Amino acid sequence: MIFDEEINQTIRYIKPSGIRKFFDIAATRKGVVSLGVGEPDFITPWHIREAAIHAIEKGRTFYTGNKGLPVLQEAICAYYKRRFHIDYAPKENVIVTVGGSEGIDVVLRALCKPGDEIILPTPAYVAYAAIIEMAGAKVVEIELKEEEQFKLTPEALKNALSEKTKAVILNFPGNPTGGIMTREDYAKIVPIIKESGIFAVTDEIYAELTYEGKHVSIAEFEEIKDRVVIINGFSKAYSMTGYRVGYILGHKDLIAMFNKIHQYTIMCASTPSQYAAIEAAYNGDDDIEEMFQSFKQRRNYIVRELNRIGLKTHMPQGAFYVFPSIKCTGMSSQDFCETLLEEENLALVPGDAFGQAGEGYVRISYAYSLEEIKIAIEKLEHFLKVHS
Amino acid sequence: MNELLKLIEKNARYEVKDLSACLAEDEGVLNKKIEDYEKDGVIAGYHTIINWEKADVEITKAIIFVSCVPERVAGYDKIAERIGRYSEVESLYLISGKAEFLLQVNGKNMREVSNFVAHKLAPTEGVNGTETMFVLKEYKKYGVSFFEDGNDGERLLVTP
Repeated sequence: MIFDEEINQTIRYIKPSGIRKFFDIAATRKGVVSLGVGEPDFITPWHIREAAIHAIEKGRTFYTGNKGLPVLQEAICAYYKRRFHIDYAPKENVIVTVGGSEGIDVVLRALCKPGDEIILPTPAYVAYAAIIEMAGAKVVEIELKEEEQFKLTPEALKNALSEKTKAVILNFPGNPTGGIMTREDYAKIVPIIKESGIFAVTDEIYAELTYEGKHVSIAEFEEIKDRVVIINGFSKAYSMTGYRVGYILGHKDLIAMFNKIHQYTIMCASTPSQYAAIEAAYNGDDDIEEMFQSFKQRRNYIVRELNRIGLKTHMPQGAFYVFPSIKCTGMSSQDFCETLLEEENLALVPGDAFGQAGEGYVRISYAYSLEEIKIAIEKLEHFLKVHS
Repeated sequence: MNELLKLIEKNARYEVKDLSACLAEDEGVLNKKIEDYEKDGVIAGYHTIINWEKADVEITKAIIFVSCVPERVAGYDKIAERIGRYSEVESLYLISGKAEFLLQVNGKNMREVSNFVAHKLAPTEGVNGTETMFVLKEYKKYGVSFFEDGNDGERLLVTP
């Protein structure tokens, strides 16, 4: 490419997202059935959409303060207190961001110095590694294992630590594995985080989709709370992906630093979307419950069906993905997905798009109606028969 | 909230084997539950929601307020039972406000509904007044919207 030498060399060598590549192939085909989407299929509940419309009607279309509307900051803190029993102060501990994605960027850019190491349990959501590299830090991967229900173990964390470690990234419930961490699981790694003095950056975007027991945030552990940064948002819990509203919660001195990046790059999140988010945070608990039940039923359905057709699938405890092993087919995850798309017109996401640890797996989203899932299962069953 | 009932309230055509997978319950257990619900009247019937306008079938619907005087001992129930026996009455509610009952009545045409009110409903023992409002158009029934151009947001095929 013609600008290769002139461009920032770090950006030049960052790999484009494996998902993007797959999307480009799928987009050239007609009639593709997809279980490849990372967003809920529900239309945003009407009362939330109406709040955004009302904001526009009333001319609430100016910039807000950098850290977001004060009422939304209060709503977010009240929400975290009500749902997860953690106290944050609206004025000091919150920044409203453009989706969780901006939160990830801001936090990692603020924390990482060149030479730092960031521990990243993988398979992981595609953005973390790229942003860490863009910030000039080094990714140290921990491979999450299916036989350990894709949990982060104290042994693995200890082994990954070094003098240079700045932070560990936690994403439970996780994309793409659906793995969760219980209070007991966290209790085992909290002392390691405390002793080593690293930060814990916890992306809790799938918190409301925790199927067995309630979601536990590592910020619950008072002994390390000052070193925990929470990233969350409205996208997955309320089916508000297109609104782009997320937030960061953390110690006030960290928030002040994060806000420097946020204010110069973003200014503020979309104002009508912030009004919609206020409505969601105060009056959306029933919507969460309804979507939760539906996702849980689909999860049960798809796991049973995948195992029936011969793909060994672990029952995920969170999010809306299953991550079955395709090792029995002898194909790489890229080959599997490309051939599946070619022969059956069915799009799944190859596991290696989420890091090398995802090789041998595929990510299947069940954010689809039961009817759509059924059609996809039929296609997959046919594909497996042909290739066994 | 009963998950099984909620599911089949939305879609009565789910097969028991699919319900069994979704709810992680044995098919036999679910069949028995459904049978018991039917016997006990918890599941009171199965209906299909039809947009008659689209089917090009003319039917006439009316909402009717009925005022009445309650009877000793039986109160309103006895009168409700009398009114509810008519096949023309699709729904019947005891309500607060200006009247005692609210009815939804179906007929082939206006005359049929008018005849029902004049000759059957109004003369019913205990009824002392009716107010009939004819339905001009149905927009939403049992939670199902009849609007066609409602939502057209499309998701991408593959996203992270």
